[in-house]
Amino acid sequence: MIGIIASIIDGLLVGAVYGLAAMGLTLIWGVMNVINLTHGAMIVLGMFALYFLASALGLPPYGAVPVTIAVGFVFGVLVYWIAVHRVIGRAHLMSLLSTFAMNMVLVGLGTALFSTSPYNVPVPLPGVTWEGYTFTGTHIMAAILALVIAGLLYLLLYKTRIGKAIRAVADNRDAAELNGIPTTQVLSFAFGLGAALACVSGTLIATLFPFTVLSGGAYELKSFVVTVLGGLGNPAGALLGGVALGLVEGITTPFMPVSWIPIIEFILFIAALLLFPRGILAFSRA
Amino acid sequence: MSVQQSSDALTQVVATRNQERHGLIVNIFRQPFTWLIAFAGVVFAVLPVWGDNVQLRESLLLAAVYVTLASNLNIILGYAGYVNFGNIVFFGLGGYVCIYLVSEWQWPLAAAALIAGVSVSLLALLFGLGILRLRGAFFALATIGVNEAIKAFVSNFEPWGGAAGIYLSLDVYEPLGGPGQALWIVYFLIVAAMTVSLFLSYAIKSSKFGLGLLAIGENEDAAAVLGINTPRYKALAYSISAFLPAIVGGLYFFKTGIIEPGGAFDLTRSIEAIVMVMLGGIGSVTGAAVGAFLYEELRGVLLTTEAFSHFQLVIAGLLLLGIVLFAPGGLMGFVYRRWPRTRRLLQ
Amino acid sequence: MTALLEVTNINKRFGGVHAVHNLSLTVADGEILGLIGPNGAGKSTVFNVINGVYPPDQGRVVFKGQDITGEAPYRIARRGVARAHQIVQPLASMTVLENCTVGACFGQANLPLGRARAVVHEAAEIVGLTDRLDHLAGQLTTAGKKRLELARALSARPELLLLDEVLAGLNPTEIERMIVVIRRIRDRGIAILMIEHVMHAIMSLSDRVVVLNLGSKLAEGTPQAVTRNPDVITAYLGEAEPTAASEAI
Repeated sequence: MIGIIASIIDGLLVGAVYGLAAMGLTLIWGVMNVINLTHGAMIVLGMFALYFLASALGLPPYGAVPVTIAVGFVFGVLVYWIAVHRVIGRAHLMSLLSTFAMNMVLVGLGTALFSTSPYNVPVPLPGVTWEGYTFTGTHIMAAILALVIAGLLYLLLYKTRIGKAIRAVADNRDAAELNGIPTTQVLSFAFGLGAALACVSGTLIATLFPFTVLSGGAYELKSFVVTVLGGLGNPAGALLGGVALGLVEGITTPFMPVSWIPIIEFILFIAALLLFPRGILAFSRA
Repeated sequence: MSVQQSSDALTQVVATRNQERHGLIVNIFRQPFTWLIAFAGVVFAVLPVWGDNVQLRESLLLAAVYVTLASNLNIILGYAGYVNFGNIVFFGLGGYVCIYLVSEWQWPLAAAALIAGVSVSLLALLFGLGILRLRGAFFALATIGVNEAIKAFVSNFEPWGGAAGIYLSLDVYEPLGGPGQALWIVYFLIVAAMTVSLFLSYAIKSSKFGLGLLAIGENEDAAAVLGINTPRYKALAYSISAFLPAIVGGLYFFKTGIIEPGGAFDLTRSIEAIVMVMLGGIGSVTGAAVGAFLYEELRGVLLTTEAFSHFQLVIAGLLLLGIVLFAPGGLMGFVYRRWPRTRRLLQ
Repeated sequence: MTALLEVTNINKRFGGVHAVHNLSLTVADGEILGLIGPNGAGKSTVFNVINGVYPPDQGRVVFKGQDITGEAPYRIARRGVARAHQIVQPLASMTVLENCTVGACFGQANLPLGRARAVVHEAAEIVGLTDRLDHLAGQLTTAGKKRLELARALSARPELLLLDEVLAGLNPTEIERMIVVIRRIRDRGIAILMIEHVMHAIMSLSDRVVVLNLGSKLAEGTPQAVTRNPDVITAYLGEAEPTAASEAI
């Protein structure tokens, strides 16, 4: 019984990180109606960034976090200008294919560079012990950082000018343009932001689990499930959805072989889409 | 209305009456494009026979497989605008059903392949009714999920060999006259399937059903308001697009002699099919064929060049990116714009 | 005699906004009913409820004696309700002919491809697009696209046509031409429910007018009666200068 509770709490902690990742996806979707299929690659980017910064350059792991946010942002802006800018007005399937193609290129390059071997970043952090169960320090730290970053995002979106501009463009791009907002710049900024969130969540995940170049796919799927649960375009919902997913994982992992988890999540994804097309929290935009 | 206009109107009415009398099927058979398709099929069939060229046959067989995959994919992707990332699942599942029937139940090849086609497209219809309610990206991702889920399922399904798959023993080729002859027969069957695929996608494009799909691809909400039963149409398109790939899957893996989950449900192949359709020209029957052929050649070159073999996905990705950004109409899009008459002739 | 369309006590909320409040109206066979009201009055929402884009929270929509409340748009289209949208929705990379063929094949007419051509030509002729049948829909002028909306709707051989601000964005000459077209449509026995802001069009075309304000029915009657109604004038123009306003309308 205690074991299950421990598993649940652990799930909630990791869930906060899932929520952070999903916030990146849902932000881009909400602002520019584009589903960023490079999301997984951005997550992997964060993982490898941590590896290089911590292992190769010797930075303290959590010190690498601000760096990966910046790295993710830069990559995001690049992806926007390469793959998204030209296809924004066009049929939805074009942006789908272009971001998907970009993802193929990135993952392919990554595979060529790093092969598909597992990488690991050991992070020595004392855990918290309770009733004979130890909650690893990394899990707790990751959850705390995820919430802090989410809080920072909230501040950015609601207390700064750029945040206001982003929200304006999300609401009605033409009206924003007419009001003098340089919408293209804002869109690229927002995309960079979404990528940065994905990237830093990858970094946090790398402090928890080993990873390979191909890990992005599984976490991207989780992000999609969370985005659907929380409602498209709703960052707060994404965070809550992430925690909910973490809860589900916490409840099921003791009973199920790990390889089945993605399948369960996929089924959850489809079910959520069919039953709650607007997100379980239903605050979202249509 | 002037006298001239009245008489034009009358001519049009008369032309329409003639069209009515003949109906659709005769129309298609009168079009030069149909004969072009038939000709392509004949060429494929005859070329390797002439000179008994086995190497050419193998190369053309692979091309025919891809043309089949691409032209059927065009139905859901090109006409209706729904990106089926996981399209390879039809090919793999069809392969498994056919191989299973042939090896475990000693069914003759033709019957097994046909049942593979029917069963997979029925399954696709069921699935389709569900996942095609999902719009755009969600459908696309769901199709990847379907492929992965079925791959995972098959890997654990003992009657189908689990993760190791099924090996065909040589005596399955006896009813066809031995391995050598069987390979030729399978080749002709695949070429036939390819020809039927091209003709099918053309026939659909010229039909009322196809018009509905094209309208859905253009603007799904407007299509619904205009009276198109969009969920049913999409599910039908998805199901129809499964039939021939499943048959060809059965034939292909029969020829190969072995089927296992990784090779049957290879997501890379699935994505390559999409690149082929985009390369040739989305929504164009000729485009799907040309794109498949060209990409297959490109792939052959890349795989044999040591430097590039690791970069298969990168190159495919760059190609797809380039097409989407700079030439979304693909090769045929360029041809149609440059020589507008070809639009009618090379559908 | 039962009306062609009976809308009874429709209510529709979007979150906190009560877009349509207890609205009832009827459209008789072959009648032109004008639906007017200031911006944001809920007029397009009423259309969306009628043709099934979303179901009402309460209330019923009855067409030709059948309850069609909340039915899917394609079903309602098949029953004989066609719509020309305010924001035009041409099937852009298809020709005018192909666009109208879609209307003819999937609307109430439900024709096979072969027989659609005659109907399409007829619709194009009524609307004045016969010379542009081979043009790509996306390349038409605004006026052309508006006509295409109409032609496509007509091709379906509807009994009720929902016109959503088809005159918006047209210059005076184009407006006059469209008014002629709308009359031609009515002359064929098709009932029309039209949302419009161009007052003189409403005056000259409508048999009756319903005025909506903030989601509720404000007035109903002949065009003359309605435009003299002081509440209507206030709703449009505010409290100032009621006499001058009634003359303006």
